[in-house]
Amino acid sequence: MEVLMSIVVGILFSAAVYLMLSKSLLRIIIGTGLLSHGAHLLILTMGGLKQGAAPLLGEHAQSYVDPLPQALILTAIVISFGVTSFFLVLAYRSYQELGTDDMDQLRGNDQYE
Amino acid sequence: MSNLIILPIVIPLLTGIILIFFNKNIKIQKWLSLIASLAGVVVAGSIVQTVHINGIQTLEIGNWKPPYGIVFVADMYSSLLVLTTSIIAFTSLLFAFSSISAEREKYYFYSGVQFLILGVSGAFLTGDIFNLFVFFEVMLMSSYLLIVLGSTKIQLRESIKYILVNVISSALFVIAVAYLYAVTGTLNMADLSVRIAEMGQSGLLTVISILFLIVFGLKGALFPLYFWLPGSYQAPPSVVTALFGALLTKVGIYSITRVYTLIFYHDPSFTHQILAWLSALTIIFGVIGAIAYWDIKKIVIYNIITAVGVILFGIAANTPEAVEGSVYYLVHDMIIKGALFFLVGAIIAVTGTSNLRKFSGLIASHPFLGWMFFIAALSLAGIPPFSGFVGKLKIVQGGFEAGEYTIAFIVLLSSLLVLYSVMKIFINGFWGEPKEEIITRKGSTKGLLLPIVILITLTVAYGFGVEWLSPYISQAADTLLDPTLYIQAVLKE
Repeated sequence: MEVLMSIVVGILFSAAVYLMLSKSLLRIIIGTGLLSHGAHLLILTMGGLKQGAAPLLGEHAQSYVDPLPQALILTAIVISFGVTSFFLVLAYRSYQELGTDDMDQLRGNDQYE
Repeated sequence: MSNLIILPIVIPLLTGIILIFFNKNIKIQKWLSLIASLAGVVVAGSIVQTVHINGIQTLEIGNWKPPYGIVFVADMYSSLLVLTTSIIAFTSLLFAFSSISAEREKYYFYSGVQFLILGVSGAFLTGDIFNLFVFFEVMLMSSYLLIVLGSTKIQLRESIKYILVNVISSALFVIAVAYLYAVTGTLNMADLSVRIAEMGQSGLLTVISILFLIVFGLKGALFPLYFWLPGSYQAPPSVVTALFGALLTKVGIYSITRVYTLIFYHDPSFTHQILAWLSALTIIFGVIGAIAYWDIKKIVIYNIITAVGVILFGIAANTPEAVEGSVYYLVHDMIIKGALFFLVGAIIAVTGTSNLRKFSGLIASHPFLGWMFFIAALSLAGIPPFSGFVGKLKIVQGGFEAGEYTIAFIVLLSSLLVLYSVMKIFINGFWGEPKEEIITRKGSTKGLLLPIVILITLTVAYGFGVEWLSPYISQAADTLLDPTLYIQAVLKE
């Protein structure tokens, strides 16, 4: 299972890198979304995909799942949602103001100052 | 257990939330944020004193014992940085009152500043590496707000790049934390240090340490990861750049220092050597940038990068002298960068431009500003008796002790070039024939001088009061040099 997950993470990362290298701003934002998805899956995989009971006190199960990686991704997912939505609004706003979403034109040239 | 150390996080948090409710009433916002930041200075000062007398203070949230619970730790290093942060916050607010446009104030500028302070103080105080990530994000989110607020074209253009770089580095941070957790099974920094000391720093852990160096290097603007900094820091108004330059990069430096002195200190011939050379290159490229530009904001921005290199070289050399020097220089640099950006803001307010070729002879009409700038320039370059001197001296001494002669020499040489880069502003901008358009324009520095005077007084006092400060600084260096002090305070073994 870990191997499969690692491959999925790898695919997500490579798709993210491909998208982030493109010119269009919207594709770049989708790329960052994929990148953070990959990172979250990586945390889950790295914590160990154990089979076991829910980590509750008093349940007396044979083996418990490690709750920490799930707590970590929960936090990381919320943060990446926030950042992505901010980024989308920023992209819309800058498209209104600058009239382009082409990253080549958004290099430091005087036209957009 | 000490509840005092949560206050630098709680005060800006509550103030930031309360300010949102007063979004129509700018006057109340100003007063509230001023009172809150003054309270922050007082609290941070008392934390420094408490740590000085009683040793490292810890706070276990919800009484969960570490390594299971979340823990906040204030050792002398972090509490000194919290104190400096609160001073910078206070002066920045004073500067913002008379320089920020009403348009920006209306859109939650002051709340943004409070949340930025929350993130920075939290990052300094946390004792858990995932919480460090969370506080980084709090700080970054508010910095996204501050960098884009006002939405001029250049701000929009640069903030896209700034956010993109930081999103990628945050993803790398999560990845590094995931690997670290997989290898060690813990995220509490003290516990990490214990476990890595027990099982030895394998090659895998060294790779993870380099991954952390990349993440924090992106935030702290280490070569070659500083590429985003000059563009992004140039876009927003001077107050925001002062906050960023004085605080944000320093959080990156703090994290590198913490991680490399507490957790990954077992393989210095590899990790610290890389850090040493990267900091040397950072110094060189920072100095080249500072000399190359004729834009006063750019010159000071490139001086941030140089300072990052100097501070991190102190950590990389890893001798008692060098680490102590790096603590001295870090505190000095936060104060002086704040002061310099305020001065740049005041000059722009007077002349209406940041291009050094477009104005000269300011000293005729603004002598006080000119001499303030002169003192700041000397202090930045580390001319005794001002504050930069002691730190740089100790870093160079430590570098020679560690046998890093080349890099220590680069640090020395960079001082001259840094002095040249700021004297260029002084000679071209303040001396010479006053240009007529400036004289007729005569922008006002009303209200802008007070925060500058406070910070300049601090740097002078810091320089002259080294004798008095040295017990605090050496206490900070002691915890950095001896991880067992930190571990004992947190885990109470």
